[in-house]
Amino acid sequence: MDGILALAADNLLSPIILFFALGVAAAFARSDLSVPEAVAKGLSIYLLFAIGFKGGASVASHGIDATLVLSLVAGVVLSFLLPVVAFGLLKGMTRLSVTDAAAVAGHYGSISIVTFVAASSVITSVGLSSEGYMVAVAAVMEAPAILSALWIIARFGKTQAEMEEGLVREILLNGSIVLLVGSFVIGWITGEEGLEMIAPFIVAPFQGVLCLFLLDMGLVAGRGLREARSVLTPGLFAFGVLMPLVGSAFGLAAGLLLGLSPGGVMLFMTLAASASYIAVPAAMRVALPEANPSIYLTLSLGVTFPFNLTLGIPIYLAVARALTGG
Amino acid sequence: MQTQKAKRVEITIEAVMEDRLTAALIKAGVTGFTILPVLGGSGRSGQWSREGQVSRAGGMVSVVCIIRPERLETLLEAAFEVVERHIGVVSVTDCEVLRAERF
Repeated sequence: MDGILALAADNLLSPIILFFALGVAAAFARSDLSVPEAVAKGLSIYLLFAIGFKGGASVASHGIDATLVLSLVAGVVLSFLLPVVAFGLLKGMTRLSVTDAAAVAGHYGSISIVTFVAASSVITSVGLSSEGYMVAVAAVMEAPAILSALWIIARFGKTQAEMEEGLVREILLNGSIVLLVGSFVIGWITGEEGLEMIAPFIVAPFQGVLCLFLLDMGLVAGRGLREARSVLTPGLFAFGVLMPLVGSAFGLAAGLLLGLSPGGVMLFMTLAASASYIAVPAAMRVALPEANPSIYLTLSLGVTFPFNLTLGIPIYLAVARALTGG
Repeated sequence: MQTQKAKRVEITIEAVMEDRLTAALIKAGVTGFTILPVLGGSGRSGQWSREGQVSRAGGMVSVVCIIRPERLETLLEAAFEVVERHIGVVSVTDCEVLRAERF
């Protein structure tokens, strides 16, 4: 317990968390501080490119094995399964309609790549390493949850979800997924030599760019919380904190069954604990326009994301280390 | 200067629906339109702003078409199919254009 608290304290005082807190505070104080839309998009492109490339280069140097394929399969299964778990919890803890609950549940089966990036940087800072292919696991976990949410609606809801042909293509070829997977493959092909060539661009400035991106995320989360406070009932707030812990338990089980390294187990926990705020909200607006976007965006970005960033990541790290002896 | 009567249709719609709307317009034979970014606003579904968007889910765009009055019904039918269930506003105003042969 002391270890978790010490780790949480260290994590809370890291630059990335403090910049996130600055963003939230600025938004609450109604400061005019803002990161222009194009800059925010540029920063996210940089982060996806860097994390994908480094993951691919790591796989190239460590080689591939059956665990890679099994990890990908486990990621897909978790992404399909977690929305069903989330939906059950939401129906028990809140009074959300089936439509809203299904839309929120879809977010919790998918992943937050920024939470993944933050967890990766914590792993590095404590001297652990992880399987490079966890980046690919992150990519395959983006989409299945959306299909799961639509299945929940078809099974339990009265609303008709629009599952058109173009939506499947949009989900699978979402810009974030294409860049992440593309960079991963290029990193894999070019290996350590390729990484060395572009290291000054993707290694050294990485933490600074992450700080700026988290400042923007803090501003967005703070504004969302300020404007949508009315939708955040105690039950919903409790779900936003409980669900990541439940999800991380599933990620822990998957990581241990696969025999991943302590860092890999921790990343699997983080992926299963995080909630999407990029791919899934866009898909839900198209497929399930009746669902209230302020509920799922506020919950995912305003509650679960800050929870994972501040307390979740140290907890997942401590549990993964304790159970793997890492 | 010779001007001709026309209809100006402005459709403010969620950014994620932009491609679907323009595809429907093109399919209905409306090949001329302009897409404008929307900075922010407020409506029945609450406030929205472009600032710090991490997803297109919260953003809006405005699609403006200027057409001959006799083609208005076709355009509105095509647009309605796309915007029916979504957040947005469709408005029609009278306007006058120069070089009518272009519309």
